[in-house]
Amino acid sequence: MTMMKTLMGAAAGLAVSATGALADPAIIFDLGGKFDRSFNEAAYNGAQLWADETGGSYREIELQSDAQREQAMRRMAEAGANPIVMAGFSQATPLSVVAPDYPDTTFVIIDGVVDAPNVRSVVFSEHEGSYLVGMLAAMASETGTVSFVGGQDIPLISRFACGYAQGAAAVNPDITVISNMTGTTGAAWNDPVRGGELTRGQIAQGSDVVFAAAGGTGLGVLQVAADEGILSIGVDSNQNYLHPGSVLTSMLKRVDVAVHDAFTTGPEVETGVHVFGLAEEGVGFALDEFNAELITEDMIAAVNTARAAIIAGEISVHNFTEDGTCPVQLQ
Amino acid sequence: MDFLTILQILDSTVRLATPLLLACLAGLYSERAGIFDIGLEGKILAAAFFSAAVAFASGSVWVGMLAGIAASMALAALHGVASITFRGNQLISGVAINFLAAGLTVVIAQTWFQQGGRTPQLAGDARFENIVLPGAATRIRDIAQQGPLGQLYSELISGHSIIVYVAFAIVPLTWWVLYRTRFGLRLRAVGENPAAVDTAGISVVGLRFAAVLIAGVLCGIAGAYLATALNAGFVKDMSAGRGFIALAALIFAKWRPWYALSACLLFGFFDAVGNRYQNIQLGEIIVPVQFMQALPYILVVIVLAGLVGKAIPPRAGGEPYVKER
Repeated sequence: MTMMKTLMGAAAGLAVSATGALADPAIIFDLGGKFDRSFNEAAYNGAQLWADETGGSYREIELQSDAQREQAMRRMAEAGANPIVMAGFSQATPLSVVAPDYPDTTFVIIDGVVDAPNVRSVVFSEHEGSYLVGMLAAMASETGTVSFVGGQDIPLISRFACGYAQGAAAVNPDITVISNMTGTTGAAWNDPVRGGELTRGQIAQGSDVVFAAAGGTGLGVLQVAADEGILSIGVDSNQNYLHPGSVLTSMLKRVDVAVHDAFTTGPEVETGVHVFGLAEEGVGFALDEFNAELITEDMIAAVNTARAAIIAGEISVHNFTEDGTCPVQLQ
Repeated sequence: MDFLTILQILDSTVRLATPLLLACLAGLYSERAGIFDIGLEGKILAAAFFSAAVAFASGSVWVGMLAGIAASMALAALHGVASITFRGNQLISGVAINFLAAGLTVVIAQTWFQQGGRTPQLAGDARFENIVLPGAATRIRDIAQQGPLGQLYSELISGHSIIVYVAFAIVPLTWWVLYRTRFGLRLRAVGENPAAVDTAGISVVGLRFAAVLIAGVLCGIAGAYLATALNAGFVKDMSAGRGFIALAALIFAKWRPWYALSACLLFGFFDAVGNRYQNIQLGEIIVPVQFMQALPYILVVIVLAGLVGKAIPPRAGGEPYVKER
């Protein structure tokens, strides 16, 4: 079977290189897995949307371990895939090594910045989207305490936490924001048991709205929030449907749009750094039939006002990754 | 730190200690009969996957648990055949089982569900619900309104899944089986001096297979607890080293049931503390989260370095029984 696959893969590779210009795009998913209901799944949805629209096909690899990153990129590039989208900040370092070796291939990295002429770096203003859901959390909270569960303890996730805390503090200056990280290694993206335990601890400390920015770990957070009857906020993909009536909203990060754009434009996609913020609709919050009863007109109005103010530059949301500090105290 | 916080940490301790306890008792049966079992981890993992997958397909958590136990017993039987029938090296057979389970679960999950090596989320009857004892509050915020005794009852005693209560009941049961029944006496004897047992006309192979299969059942329950009670579905490598911590707890407990309970609770407690207190400030020094989360593993090293005093394993442990040379 494996042999067969290898042979067919090789044959497909030959076919692609023979036709040249008709190279298929490719996508490499990060460790959380394609169906993490969150970041990677958003990337997958974007790729799938492109495939449905154009009838084209794309190549994909789901990484199983950190050691595979460079090898996976090289394999895709050797097979003639172009452009190659890499989902996840962890891919930045190996990409900076690989990209110069394949100058004719266009790489797209999401959530990371690689300075090379053939790389398009897509970053999102997570702090702005988190600010909006932080406002919603503070408006929905009855206890005056809201909380945050992050995945791996990295600056990118602190950016979520800090934006969330700023939004909550904008609504209620006296609010307490509890923040916990699941772990310090990649395994923290896939540990729903620990995520659930952290959430229980936060509920015990008074939190009644929890925001999970933790990939697969977040599923455990949302589960416990639903079991305990508090509100939760999903991340990256729209997760409102997971526990209708318990998920207050989801902080959308339009990874799907970024992937779809890259696939649609093809190898000629513009390289350099591209920031997807509120103005570009790269981040936002989800509103659908599953959370319609949880969010009032007033809440929507307040958030939309803030959204317009951020786009106009009247409110400036501090970005944690710029200086490693947060203006709002996190517990 | 108030009373409720202490209770919550103990409550979390009970939840986190349960899979360790089941795995530790599994190891106890197996090793008391003279079969070292490194493969606890793999059996838990296989059981976690099959219980979640079958619970999802059938919609019944009990059918799922039976499937998990069956999967775990199949691996246990494999260990038995390799190390009892064919007198292979017990450690190598155990390691092989761990690798087999780590790889197979992900591959099968990918083939069945195409979700990157996980099962779909379980809901409703496909999950073990928490048992609420009569008169107990369920939600953390309601519990906070109660008096100390009510809090103790609602938070710590009520509100666990049935497997937790079963696991704690298995401890006295194991003690009774090992020390008060004929089977238990023979089981202990076969781990100390199999030749004597054989001379008495009792089957060494039969006893050892029985012990290994009991270990399979207990690991199966531990796996089902992880995937269908503590969690709502299987994710890759979700056993996360619990089988190995259970082995350390077994040595800490000197292969005795009641000590096993306290050892597992201790490991669970450190895990719970590490989750609850991520950064502890002691005067000027901040104890970092990395240290707090490493606590259970640091404890393993300290324990195995001999803090527990002399832990003497069953004398015939690790050696295949050869009737005639």
